[in-house]
Amino acid sequence: MMSNYRIQGQTGEWEVVIGLEVHAQVTSNAKLFSGASTAFGAEPNSQVSLVDAAMPGMLPVPNAECVRQAVRTGMAIEAEIHKWSRFDRKNYFYADLPQGYQISQLYHPIVGEGQLLIEADEKGGIPEDKVIGIERIHIEQDAGKLMHDQHPTMSYVDLNRSGVALMEIVSKPDMTSPAEAGAYVRKLRSILRYVGSCDGNMEEGSMRADVNVSVRKVGDAELGTRTETKNVNSVRFVMQVIEYEANRQVDVLESGGSVDQETRLFDVATGTTRTMRSKEDAHDYRYFPDPDLLPLVLEDDFLTDCRASLPELPDAKRTRYEQELGLTPYNARELTAEVETFARFETLLAATAKAIGKPETKVATQVANWALSVAPGVVKGLGDEADLSNSTPEAQATILSMQDKGEISGGQAKEIYEIVLKEGGNPEAIADEKGLKQVSDTGAIEAAIDEILANNADKVEQYKGGKDKLFGFFVGQTMKAMQGKANPAVVNQILKDKLG
Amino acid sequence: MTELTTLGVKAIRDGVRAGDFTAREVAESFNSAVAAAAELNAFIVTTPDHALAAADAADSARADGKDMGPMAGVPIGMKDLFATHGVQTTAASHILEGFKPQYESTVSQNLWDAGAGMLGKLNLDQFAMGSSNETSYFGNVSSPWRKEGTNKPMSPGGSSGGSSSAVAARIAPAATGTDTGGSIRQPAAFAGICGIKPTYGRCSRWGVVAFASSLDQAGPMARSVEDCAIMLGAMAGFDPKDATSLQMDVPDWESALSADLKGKKVGIPKEYRMEGTDQAILDSWDQGKAWLKDAGAEIVDISLPHTKYALPAYYIIAPAEASSNLARYDGVRYGLRDLPEGAGLQDMYAETRAAGFGDEVKRRILIGTYVLSAGFYDAYYNQAQKVRALVARDFEQAWAQCDVILAPTTPTASFPLGSLENDPLTMYLNDVFAVPASLAGLPAMSVPATLNEDGLPLGLQLVGKPFDEQMVLNAGLAIQQRSGFDHAPEKWW
Repeated sequence: MMSNYRIQGQTGEWEVVIGLEVHAQVTSNAKLFSGASTAFGAEPNSQVSLVDAAMPGMLPVPNAECVRQAVRTGMAIEAEIHKWSRFDRKNYFYADLPQGYQISQLYHPIVGEGQLLIEADEKGGIPEDKVIGIERIHIEQDAGKLMHDQHPTMSYVDLNRSGVALMEIVSKPDMTSPAEAGAYVRKLRSILRYVGSCDGNMEEGSMRADVNVSVRKVGDAELGTRTETKNVNSVRFVMQVIEYEANRQVDVLESGGSVDQETRLFDVATGTTRTMRSKEDAHDYRYFPDPDLLPLVLEDDFLTDCRASLPELPDAKRTRYEQELGLTPYNARELTAEVETFARFETLLAATAKAIGKPETKVATQVANWALSVAPGVVKGLGDEADLSNSTPEAQATILSMQDKGEISGGQAKEIYEIVLKEGGNPEAIADEKGLKQVSDTGAIEAAIDEILANNADKVEQYKGGKDKLFGFFVGQTMKAMQGKANPAVVNQILKDKLG
Repeated sequence: MTELTTLGVKAIRDGVRAGDFTAREVAESFNSAVAAAAELNAFIVTTPDHALAAADAADSARADGKDMGPMAGVPIGMKDLFATHGVQTTAASHILEGFKPQYESTVSQNLWDAGAGMLGKLNLDQFAMGSSNETSYFGNVSSPWRKEGTNKPMSPGGSSGGSSSAVAARIAPAATGTDTGGSIRQPAAFAGICGIKPTYGRCSRWGVVAFASSLDQAGPMARSVEDCAIMLGAMAGFDPKDATSLQMDVPDWESALSADLKGKKVGIPKEYRMEGTDQAILDSWDQGKAWLKDAGAEIVDISLPHTKYALPAYYIIAPAEASSNLARYDGVRYGLRDLPEGAGLQDMYAETRAAGFGDEVKRRILIGTYVLSAGFYDAYYNQAQKVRALVARDFEQAWAQCDVILAPTTPTASFPLGSLENDPLTMYLNDVFAVPASLAGLPAMSVPATLNEDGLPLGLQLVGKPFDEQMVLNAGLAIQQRSGFDHAPEKWW
């Protein structure tokens, strides 16, 4: 199913074909083939081992944790795991590449074909759910970094990143709109973060994409010539690149030119792309199996452990939230998008169920509404005054429990939460101290109602004569008399009884 | 007292232990001999203090009644391909001239841990590429041997030519070598000494300047089979820093040495009877058969049908790996940097590598780059890998018929330096008998057999099953006992 994304050219409608190569830094304390640290933001060249600097006679030794993370990622995208894979050398000269080659996996990647699902998002331009194919995942070394702004005539090299493990996740050319590509990157990032194999931090360069774009006339079977825009480091930029490239290519083709198969760079400032190197300048990388390394052979036990270590993944969690917890599709999607969100939700859900004394399935909707809308609203309203460290699951569960028991109203719940956020403290004590409790005592409510009905005999007559809308008036008067603290359900019930 | 420099590893070790002489006396003797042998050009740098410090440590260990390592008191030469902490390590190249590693190779560290000391860093063919020791940036190494009645400097073989020259000249009792396609065995044969390349993976490659990673293997060079067994035991062992290191215990080769070959079969590969092989070599091969038969072995004819393809395959695979392994010498981080005024990165690469590498190294980088290039990879590199697998299979099939293989080490004896300068193909043919065992990763040894009519040494090669260094050493011992080879070159330096 193609998206409805089209470019209106002068010669007709064009569609766009997109494939993404996402480089994701593997979460691991040490680099792919050396013991050096991988922490971000360290002093230049402070995390460089002899291996990373490619000193004479140094040898790579695979880091099992990086292999494990790649396998777990492969399993999370339902991919074929290759029990036999091999490292190859990709040879080229550059000052940020100490060995003169990058150790990668061209011929025999560790992970084969898999897939992921992007969900329908009508407003976002994705009419229905769509499965995006993934060609392969392989592991490889990152390069160092050149710094050109440190000296007027020389460049400096920082090798902290040199040798850091990356997963290159190569999609099939299955995406047909910027929206789909954006959704793909977001979903992939979510999966990586669920699995814990990559922190997904695009600003720090933990995830970046090479964006392959081509265009063709709607209905054409053959793919057009593609360009590859390198190192795009945000979802928004990925979408911009596609938008720009697709339109540029259409312009080129419609003005009688042809698209060059080339590598391009994205200019964040202008939102445009430009040629980095053409096909003629393409390197001959002289790939060959790295003779320093034996083939990577994965044992069954290792694979079993990898599989067992996988958490519940976004799609499964979303389905469970809908089917078992009875959440709306919207709430389920929102709550499962990010690791932090579902983690907070599940903790709060457990605490609330315990506080109320009902199963989680019975309180899930309340908790979801609280977590997605009520609580964020209060936090936002307070701005800087809110101290989120006060917002413990226990405190929130207590508030939800009080509300569930009718001890406080929704408004009071917000007020109490506001105080908790500002000052901390026990919600029950706050409710007592500030008088933030609603009255469910039927005697007090009945007395108030009796007085109101007596004082408004005319309206009672009108109501009985069929003016149903006046019911709201009586509720309002009662709540006012009770200073807003009466339990609305009790008020409704007594009013109905009295008015007949 | 015996002149100490005539002693080998075992004699020095045992003599120091017994108190016949001190390790310091030994080290001083060899330091003097090294200093007096500058004409051989066997050493790039000498490290007399290292040898003395190790000797003093051995002497005080003995005085204190402490355990003494298997190499305690033995000063050795270290091929300048092994990184040695704080001591210039060059691979005989200009590009690494002045480079002092801040680390010690696993093999050299193992030797120091075993009590050995270092006389100096031995000259070699540049980046271990060569069969004559004529490609060193630091000049040719001369063999201590000369053709009878001539003064022409002869090749000590290569690439471990400094090692073979020093050990043959009795300025070192033993030395390390490395063997990629014969670089231990061929110089050992040329110099009338022993040298064993163990099974690939026995000795760690960590800290050894890489030539061709899938072939490089360190080993000892010494004047007796016993000495090789002792020193190999000290060098070998699993190293987690080398992913291709063998995770196996190191056998006690020395104590299991036995020249009794009863019940053993020795294979004679018919394909090694090649055109261009000296008659004297063929005669020594026949003599070797007779010796092994005398030791109780049965001689069987075998076939290794892909032998003739081994050398061409080797000269694709080794340069391919080298072209990539040597990419790191780029002038960016260490070693030579040639940066002309106003030059950019590409210019720096070109100038640095043009100035830093010798002709033979450049030739192999070019060959290696070519065979890995798009469009040629399948025809050359992939095809060579297939040949390599077939060569290995030849040996596997041969092991059904025999326990060890006997063959010549080289097709000729040593030749005068300079005589093959413009004939690289003939030079490459020197390794024709050595390369198959390298491609198959098998243990292989050269032991001296005899002198030819020019008075130059000839070696015999033994090739064993994977991990069966013992059989190779035992057969070598049987030959050594029967050849009685104890010729030493006449001192002219």
